[in-house]
Amino acid sequence: MADWVKRDMEGWGRWPVISAEVARPETRADMVKAVGDSQGDGLLAYGLGRSYGDTALHSGHVVMTTRLDRFLAFDPATGWLKAEAGVSLEEVLRVFVPRGFFLPITPGTKFVTLGGALACDVHGKNHHVDGSFSNHVRSFELLTASGEVLEVRKETHPELWKATVGGLGLTGVVLSVELRLTPVAGPWIEMESVRVEDLDHFFAVSAESTGFTHTVGWIDCVTTGKAMGRGIFMRGRHAPQGIEAKKSLLGRVVDAADRLLDVPIDGPGWLLNQATVKAFNEVYFRKHPRGQKNSIVHYEPFFYPLDAVRHWNRIYGKRGFLQYQMVLPKTPDQRPLREILGAITRSGFGSFLAVIKEFGPTDNGWLSFPTPGVTLALDFPNHGAPLLELLERLDAITVEAGGRVYLGKDARVSRESFQRMYPEWEAWKAARDAVDPKGVFRSTMGERLGLVTPGGRS
Amino acid sequence: MERGEGGNEQPRSGVEGAVRGAAVVFGVTSRVGRELALRFAERGHPVWVGARDQAEAERIAKDIAVRTRVVAISGGFDARAVETHAALVSSIEAAVGPIERMVIAFGDMGDDGRRDPQMLRRIVEVNYLGAASLAELVADQMAARGRGIIAALGSVAGDRGRQSNYAYGSAKGALALYLQGLRNRVFSKGVHVMTAKLGFIDTRMTWGLATKIPIASPEAASHAVLEAMEARRDDLYWPPFWRGVMGVIKAIPEAGFKRLSL
Repeated sequence: MADWVKRDMEGWGRWPVISAEVARPETRADMVKAVGDSQGDGLLAYGLGRSYGDTALHSGHVVMTTRLDRFLAFDPATGWLKAEAGVSLEEVLRVFVPRGFFLPITPGTKFVTLGGALACDVHGKNHHVDGSFSNHVRSFELLTASGEVLEVRKETHPELWKATVGGLGLTGVVLSVELRLTPVAGPWIEMESVRVEDLDHFFAVSAESTGFTHTVGWIDCVTTGKAMGRGIFMRGRHAPQGIEAKKSLLGRVVDAADRLLDVPIDGPGWLLNQATVKAFNEVYFRKHPRGQKNSIVHYEPFFYPLDAVRHWNRIYGKRGFLQYQMVLPKTPDQRPLREILGAITRSGFGSFLAVIKEFGPTDNGWLSFPTPGVTLALDFPNHGAPLLELLERLDAITVEAGGRVYLGKDARVSRESFQRMYPEWEAWKAARDAVDPKGVFRSTMGERLGLVTPGGRS
Repeated sequence: MERGEGGNEQPRSGVEGAVRGAAVVFGVTSRVGRELALRFAERGHPVWVGARDQAEAERIAKDIAVRTRVVAISGGFDARAVETHAALVSSIEAAVGPIERMVIAFGDMGDDGRRDPQMLRRIVEVNYLGAASLAELVADQMAARGRGIIAALGSVAGDRGRQSNYAYGSAKGALALYLQGLRNRVFSKGVHVMTAKLGFIDTRMTWGLATKIPIASPEAASHAVLEAMEARRDDLYWPPFWRGVMGVIKAIPEAGFKRLSL
């Protein structure tokens, strides 16, 4: 039975779908061999497939990292954990929360690998306080195109570090990561939620939430006019010792249902239309009482509300969906953000869930997404050309404002827009070409954005 | 030998403070073997894990130590070098203590389609000779102490010779027959020997296999093997439907079977 198998690969958004020769090495030696085997038509590592668009797709050879999932060392005195790139965040939590440690950074799903988290330099609700994933990594092992394994630290390989962190897997295969876990008293989160009546109110609440390590907002991007930007602001922090939620009967029922919730088949195309999205937004907003609500919640619903539904991406049906996330530098009147919300509302393509958050200062990779400002993430059913036109308009507003889109979620931004959004891309490319002069590591996204040369040697 | 580093946390004692003997897994780079080693450590057995690829065995030992805070030690071994096996078993017991559980998880299917004397020798020496040699030596140690359980991960391929993989199948079948004799010999000395016959498990061997037959997870297989060992079952088919499937395949008269392409 062959090691390389032809498979149709897709990201979480299920668009596009790219066919590849796929291997799943079971040992490190097999991974090294796979990289050596597949240099002709390029290679890319693939983890749990949670990037949305074509970030982890490649039409040549693809190596899955999920079987290289060993914990290699842990020091409970300091929280430093060394683990292989195929370890998922879920696994880290499962092993270490009972021992009093939590992930320093987590995105909105725990079904991502450490390698994927590094390659997209993921961020979470605590970005304004703790930065992104790479801020908590002190070293990683990188298998390069030459077959050499480098231990990369910011101090020893400053350029390779900045090229690999957030570097979309295009400098090599990350084999292991050294990550510092955060001590916590338990799995509980002290959470407050505040109903915000409009965009100005959102920024006011965000500004007064300095006592919280984790903040995020959900906003209704269907409603226009004065209430534009209304929504719910959530803020939380790890609960200290002695504070925990009582387990209600409802809580137990939800726990049991959690394990059963799944979307086993593709949703019909009409399921998410303007009317249902508008109704959802209305209900979601109205069910929260005016003012503020305080509660103690488990980390699961706080960090991973959607993980409870296994294949929620199937709700959008076979056509898939696109996620659009951008960050805009903050301006006194938030004009670019209002323009973006206005353009979405006028287009009639409502977003089922729109998430808004303020980022803090950053010092990460050349292609790392977070920059100071406000970020907005939106999901759109794949309506084809008219949607792509809308997203082009959003790109234009973003570029004009000095912002950028998140490459971990992108499937379609143009090379021209990308180069304006990420002015450091040339520095990235120089460092990447130095470590991979033959252009072995390639991806559909890399070719689209001009990061690598299609089909061959650069 | 390398000791896995579980940080400076206190090593955990076994379940409810019971002192358990060592569990050893030969061929721990097999995914089912690795999962079994982890299961044993979770139950409080100190573990020794070995593989031909010693660096890989070391990473697996470290993983087990970090996850369970139980002593996990790794080493390299060569199944075919039977003359080294006695010293190997002694050194394992010197490192982790008396062996109470042993799993033979290694196997070699050979290269697809290559049917030459060297390949045949390799297949027979790894799957049959090497496995029988290690089982025999460990069984003697266990018999001297009056307790222990041995399991070999075999294959349903060992139940009947078929043109698609009869070199591998015959070696696994021969091992099952050998272990049957060993089981008989050490039964009265308090030692138990089990053969696990695994169907399709989601491992290297089945990666990319186009089949409508369900493929079981290595983790589920490890739980099944462990339970069957502790229950001192003589054999285990996993997933269980394979017992029925192989029952039918074994029942087909040879006169007809030889005409089939299986």
